[in-house]
Amino acid sequence: MKKILIIGAGTAGTMMAVHLSRKLNHKEWAITILDKDENHYYQPGYLFIPFGIYTKKDVIRKGAKYIPAGVEYLLAEVEQIIAEQNKIKLKDGREIAYDLLIIATGNNIHPEETQGMVENGWRKDIFDIYTADGADALSKIIPDFRGGKVAIHVAEMPIKCPVAPLEIAFLTDWYFTKKRIRKDVQIDFVTPLAGAFSKPATAKVMGHLLQERGINMVVDFGTERVEQGKLVSYDKRTVEYDLLITTPTNMGDELMARSGLGDDLNYVPTDKHTLQAKAKDNIFALGDATNLPSSKAGSVVHFQSEILMGNILNYIQGKELKESFDGHSNCFIESGYGKAFLIDFNYELDPVEGTYPLPFFGPFSLLRETRLNHIGKLSMKFVYWNILLKGIPIPGISAKMGRAGKIIFEA
Amino acid sequence: MATKEIAGKTVSLTEEGYLTDPSQWTREVAQAIAAEEGISMTDAHWKVIDFLKKDFAETGVLASMRRINKTGGIPTKDLYELFPEGPLKKAARIAGLSKPTSCV
Repeated sequence: MKKILIIGAGTAGTMMAVHLSRKLNHKEWAITILDKDENHYYQPGYLFIPFGIYTKKDVIRKGAKYIPAGVEYLLAEVEQIIAEQNKIKLKDGREIAYDLLIIATGNNIHPEETQGMVENGWRKDIFDIYTADGADALSKIIPDFRGGKVAIHVAEMPIKCPVAPLEIAFLTDWYFTKKRIRKDVQIDFVTPLAGAFSKPATAKVMGHLLQERGINMVVDFGTERVEQGKLVSYDKRTVEYDLLITTPTNMGDELMARSGLGDDLNYVPTDKHTLQAKAKDNIFALGDATNLPSSKAGSVVHFQSEILMGNILNYIQGKELKESFDGHSNCFIESGYGKAFLIDFNYELDPVEGTYPLPFFGPFSLLRETRLNHIGKLSMKFVYWNILLKGIPIPGISAKMGRAGKIIFEA
Repeated sequence: MATKEIAGKTVSLTEEGYLTDPSQWTREVAQAIAAEEGISMTDAHWKVIDFLKKDFAETGVLASMRRINKTGGIPTKDLYELFPEGPLKKAARIAGLSKPTSCV
């Protein structure tokens, strides 16, 4: 009996467990998945928690519930991956040997990477929306905010869900408008990027919208440190705040550093098309854990998982890894006031205009703000728990980016 | 794409002025591009450029500011002083590498 081991039972690991349990011969292959956290988080839902639309309860379920029958689920923390011996060592000293390893360990926020961020008001006037606890803590103070300066901030790229800071800015504007105190609230959007987003077509649309909503953009802001109530850049600019909603430095799991498998940010160097780790042939990686130049987002994981499944079958049959990931990503961008955008792009193509998932019929509009996109965004919670995680295919949605019914800008 | 004569050499450039063919890079070309950016090259500048080129040759990707700091030993603060306003964009251009994609 051979063994496939998946480290991480989040979106990526769970989707792989589902694919593998369907495609592999259970007489030949034993599948084990492990995670150090018994909970599974619906991370796109964090965004709605501070504004009272979701609570923590909406976004947390027990992880074991989503692991298919026939797959062994272990609650355990890995101390080290010993790649040259094809085994892992757990914190409790046990060892597990594998024939094929899938790394799906995600990424995490590291406020301590920015000087002063933890010391000068973490979870007092500095909050993140990248953890359920951070979003929940913010939800407790935002109803009492009576006016002042709110800074929406990105410390360093790359980050998980690169549109989330924009969504937070739009929702902040909407929230205080609804409370009739928007005129007393200044909102600054502070980013290390040169514009609102990394892809030009989207940056332009989002830049206009920020302006329309009266949100100031502060660009090319390389954050050196956080002082009491103040962000300071390397080139000595400052942004003052009463409330800082930050995206701290994102890093891959420290397990990669302990195992000598990570880059400077503990991301696993991975082939951007085949999803095979550069370190060794029998190690594959997907999702937020890799160093791929694709978005760190659930949709990307969904597309990658299908490609990776194909290549794992190729690998175990000794064939060439001919399935190729194209960087396909799509995401809803919640823009407040009951509306949202939807964008669709890949490694080569900038977000396009048109319809999705079906050419001409949609029902969703790309790169345009509509109510239906917002309904799509809210329905994702149901779709995630009940369809995506269970590996049920959705008609019209494929791993590779389609061109029909879209206006393509060559990036 | 356009071609342009820089430091007596004909080079191919992107619209934003990044070399498209790394083999056309010379130290003189680098110096001329730096001058366009309003930078006069010192040993400290060359240390950054040499690191970027060496690291690119090894990894195939442009180093991030974090990597220039942690692996190259050049503090980010110095980088901003050497190449003001978008240090990585300017340093990459002078090093004859492609524009930082700044990640999606």
